[in-house]
Amino acid sequence: MAATKIPDARALDYPLDNLCAHCGAPVNGNKKYCCDGCRAAHAIVEDMSDASAYANIATRDDDGVYHLRLHVEGMHCASCMRLIEQALISDDQVKSARVNMTSEQVTFAWDGARCDGDRLCQKVEKLGYKLHPIDEAAEKGAETQKQLLKAIAISGFAAANMMLISIALWSSSGETMGYATRDLFHWVSALIALPTVIYAGQPFFKSAISILKERHTNMDVPISLAVVLAAVMSLSETMRGGEYVYFDSAVMLLFFLLIGRYLDLKARGQARASASKLLSKLQGFATKIVKDGTSRIAMRDIQVGDRLLVTAGDSIPADGIVVEGASDIDMSLVTGETNPETVKASSRVFAGTLNLSAPIEMEVSEVSEKSLLSEVVKLLETAEQSNADYVRLADKAAKLYTPVVHSLGALTFVGWWLLMSAPWQVSLLHAVTVLIITCPCALGLAVPVVQVLASGRLMKNGVLLKSGDALERLAKVDTIVFDKTGTLTRGRPVLSGGPYDDNMLKIAASLAHKSRHPLSKALAEHYIGERIEDLSIEEIAGKGLLGKTDVVTYQLGSRNWCGDETFPTSDRLEIWLAIDGVPTSVFYFEDQLRFDAKTVINDLNRDGLELHLLTGDRGIVAKSIAGQLGIENVRAEVSPIDKNAYVEALKNADKNVLMVGDGLNDAPALARANVSMSPSSAIDITQNTADIVYQGDLLTPVWSTIQTARKSTRLVMQNFMLAAIYNLIAIPAAVMGFVTPLIAAIAMSGSSLVVIMNAFRLRIREKK
Amino acid sequence: MDILLYLIPIALTLGALGLVAFIWTLKSDQYDDLDGAANRILFDDDDVDNFDEKNL
Repeated sequence: MAATKIPDARALDYPLDNLCAHCGAPVNGNKKYCCDGCRAAHAIVEDMSDASAYANIATRDDDGVYHLRLHVEGMHCASCMRLIEQALISDDQVKSARVNMTSEQVTFAWDGARCDGDRLCQKVEKLGYKLHPIDEAAEKGAETQKQLLKAIAISGFAAANMMLISIALWSSSGETMGYATRDLFHWVSALIALPTVIYAGQPFFKSAISILKERHTNMDVPISLAVVLAAVMSLSETMRGGEYVYFDSAVMLLFFLLIGRYLDLKARGQARASASKLLSKLQGFATKIVKDGTSRIAMRDIQVGDRLLVTAGDSIPADGIVVEGASDIDMSLVTGETNPETVKASSRVFAGTLNLSAPIEMEVSEVSEKSLLSEVVKLLETAEQSNADYVRLADKAAKLYTPVVHSLGALTFVGWWLLMSAPWQVSLLHAVTVLIITCPCALGLAVPVVQVLASGRLMKNGVLLKSGDALERLAKVDTIVFDKTGTLTRGRPVLSGGPYDDNMLKIAASLAHKSRHPLSKALAEHYIGERIEDLSIEEIAGKGLLGKTDVVTYQLGSRNWCGDETFPTSDRLEIWLAIDGVPTSVFYFEDQLRFDAKTVINDLNRDGLELHLLTGDRGIVAKSIAGQLGIENVRAEVSPIDKNAYVEALKNADKNVLMVGDGLNDAPALARANVSMSPSSAIDITQNTADIVYQGDLLTPVWSTIQTARKSTRLVMQNFMLAAIYNLIAIPAAVMGFVTPLIAAIAMSGSSLVVIMNAFRLRIREKK
Repeated sequence: MDILLYLIPIALTLGALGLVAFIWTLKSDQYDDLDGAANRILFDDDDVDNFDEKNL
């Protein structure tokens, strides 16, 4: 398990001073990683870098060159892209390497043997990125988007060119322009329209056919029917030299609706990444202690009763009991707390948590399928399914709309044929006109336009919507469940006081910057300025840091190692500094509330939302924070499984629950809640689970996103109303047979424009 | 009205040219990585000789 050396980014020709060793993002100061997520991920990657075998899925072309495309995890910026490409291309065998930043994929080709691919993969993994096989669902999504773009281009081309002809047709009649010319125009229209309808209509036709097979209906059924009927009827009118053709309506309809469809797909964003990535934490290797030394075994082969050695910086491979050694464990997976917990012999440790300071020996008590981590993953999967049956507003509207329109069309036909005794061709013409003019052009745009505008606006404020209907669900929320650490608080200890002076701080920070203990990191971050040079520093496990110059010895660490035992204790976390064995200073740390937490909670309370606080932390801390902020319902010391159950209970009580959390321990609850948000400081899995991810050091996005969600849902409802009003006017006209192609075109583009303009009010109001 | 016999095909051809150009850009993956393309212009050099394995 030799730790892989970190690439020294400065040795590459980069315009950046200091890069995160994991993701390559620029880092301020002397930190090695840009965030805790990177630190943890890097430790895991180091552990797993010898476990990949992706060359098996590479494809070989006729020239014997292998091609491989993989998903890259941990890529954040342009430097990452550059680093990976350079690492690959610098290899003599590599023919080409290209990173796609948008989809976070790398494609490379090499000449040589298949197994060289593994070596190349390792090269990238050594840089600190994780490689995964490509997610097929995401792949399919990208392909669909491309198909839609092509269909939009073709229908746009057709619509524009037909307008050229249609305007001439609308502005004159057979008598003025000559019947031969009119028929020519009709035939040219047909020539453009028919291939367009056949090609660009496919997304709707396919969806309509598949839903009809299941004996359901959606919006695509009336769309397909209207488009096909319009095209077929116009063709027959053209052939018999009739007066009115509706080719332009059919194509325009397709064009508008395809745009709506494309926006919809965009708004839905990336598909949720599956929870299986989480289990990759359990797919590395562990060090087993055997009679004569140690041996490396795969984590899946771990048995109950095995004795394992876990070195500092490694994640614990299985649930178990510590037998020997003492260390600090980052338990954030289980409790959500970022302050490490001290463990010694007979303490329980959990799979996936991170051993921070010293090697420990542990005895396995549960096999990996029964570990807490696996339980969390199982919960996550079932919880995600529980929300799958949410019916989107647009689909609800479609359910209402389809039968009404189709029976209206049928009634029109019957009415004209039987009551007015019109010839059946004329009756059919009127019936089809009803279907065309009521076709849900405005309805198809009503939701996606608002969603794209809203998500664009939120994106500018650092809020990323991950599922298209998240806003709809958010607007209905009446209960919010908060996690404490990392959500309401900043999630990391901050130096908050103590008797110390500037010189002491300088000494302490100089020592601390060598350690990755959270308190040391907080100290090092707090201090800005020169550090003491020529200091030899040694980390003593479970105690602290020992620093020596030629003349003095410094100790920075726990109270019982270098502190004053008689000094009064407090709840706060502390580090002591001793010079030549004499305790001189103490530094206190606290996890601080987010700067705007109080105002945001006040606003939420005033709005009448029911607020809950759930935390894995101790009750006394939870109570004090809830009291400060004014949150009434508090539950402390809850496990990930309890959190999930708590949210489920709220849901069963008919509440619409928003869960806000950042830890892995929140993930099942996030998936269970009606809608979920997590800060971007959260670990990957949690971000993947949440519907909405917000950036920055503030809590304000929670409130502002709820407001935006309500506003945009209001706009969507208004759009539905507008579409309904339009139909109320248009349908009687169509039923009576007053509608000509010109009126149909004006009504259609007019209603679409009104809906789009209404959606834009989301932006105009913001400017005021 | 004979002019129409020229104008309509010309209009359609010009439009079709634009359409073909667009579909070509789409097919040659030019819209696949808009973020990457935006960032790539910030790098001066295309050479990769300065990547030294020993630094790893």
